[in-house]
Amino acid sequence: MTPFFALLKRDTSLAVRAGGGAALALAFFACVVTLVPLGVGPDLKLLARIAGGVLWVAAVLAALLSLDRLFQADYEDGSLDLLALAPMSLEASAFAKIAAHWLATGLPLTLLSALLAVLYNLPVAPTGALVLSLLVGTPAVSAIGAIGAALTLSIRRGGLILPLIVLPLLAPAVIFGSGAVLAVLDAMSNGAMLLLAAFSLLAVVLSPFAAAASVRLNLG
Amino acid sequence: MFAYANPKKFMELSGTILPWLSGATILALAAGLVLGFRTPPDYQQGDTVRIMFLHVPAAWTAMMAYGLMALASVIGLVNRHPLADAAAKAAAPLGAVFTALGLVTGSLWGKPMWGAWWVWDGRLTSFLLLLLIYLGYIALGSAIEDETRAARASAILAIVGAVNLPIIEFSVDWWRTLHQGESILRSGGPLIAPVFLWPLFLMAIAFTLLFFTLWIVRIRTEILRRRARSLMLSESP
Repeated sequence: MTPFFALLKRDTSLAVRAGGGAALALAFFACVVTLVPLGVGPDLKLLARIAGGVLWVAAVLAALLSLDRLFQADYEDGSLDLLALAPMSLEASAFAKIAAHWLATGLPLTLLSALLAVLYNLPVAPTGALVLSLLVGTPAVSAIGAIGAALTLSIRRGGLILPLIVLPLLAPAVIFGSGAVLAVLDAMSNGAMLLLAAFSLLAVVLSPFAAAASVRLNLG
Repeated sequence: MFAYANPKKFMELSGTILPWLSGATILALAAGLVLGFRTPPDYQQGDTVRIMFLHVPAAWTAMMAYGLMALASVIGLVNRHPLADAAAKAAAPLGAVFTALGLVTGSLWGKPMWGAWWVWDGRLTSFLLLLLIYLGYIALGSAIEDETRAARASAILAIVGAVNLPIIEFSVDWWRTLHQGESILRSGGPLIAPVFLWPLFLMAIAFTLLFFTLWIVRIRTEILRRRARSLMLSESP
């Protein structure tokens, strides 16, 4: 097994097993999605209209929940120093960690969203668009979130600052993601899915470098 | 340019420039304000058009501040220069204040003109996000105790933000055109008459000068604070 896949496997299993937080993020996602109709009322027409936006915002918040431990746990027990010294570049390690976070959080959130969309009376075709948009867009959440996690890894209450620096940067993902759902709901095409894919690809390609640079400065 | 990046040289040079720069700022502000109050009211917007003389320069300065902050961050990260770090750190609160000023004046203008304190217009929304990015930047910088680490972490965030800001701007504009809204929003005075152009121009210069004056003062304060700190550290047993 190559070092990359070894790290990917280790981080994914750490995240999905007890205490890893992946399941908690899913539960949080379900909680937020359940609370919104209690706040805005049970009007099914309205709920179908806002489903894309609500599920997207909830998914971003849920993904953030488990992000602060992305590098911090390894920083505290010293494994991050070993990763930095390892022959594999820190950028590749950061990419493996982003991929692991997505496998443990982004992917399950995407699958669960199909079920939760039923609660919002979202028709089948827009639900497909929602699932596809989350599939395409959540890697950007993990990637940009990883920059925030790396920047705040040495701060004791870093988990509180992380959302403040990551959420504004994720505005395009929320806009294009919910836009893709609305496009199908209104039976028109607006290119949101493609723009979301472009944003996601850019984030996934560039973030490992920013995250690795941030890890280095915190170790150095 | 890097010759003046030596903190000692910078202190000397900025010390000579600062009185002149402050004087020019006061003159430009006075001229711009007087001219701004003496222009006739707009035939559509009435006296509220004068808000533009504060609003537009504040918004321009806020964007310029981010550009300069990102530039200083790149120099700080590449050349490892403490003065660039200080410059980036000093620019952030100023940029945040100018962004907030732009938002508040825009809101004050929006209430009589649009009938609402806030509308989800593309510009407004991206400016609100800009303010949040500034706040995140400041929060990150102040949360990390070690100064060099704080400066580098902030620099990376500033650069990430600089890459992302055009995308945010684009996405928000795209979002606005998707959600068809009031089309009156776009106008805001179709073509600006020359009577309004002069005060606007003067105020833009005044705000730019004001930013540079305050920026230099803040950089100087930062340098002096660091000197005081190292003196205290060297004296303590």
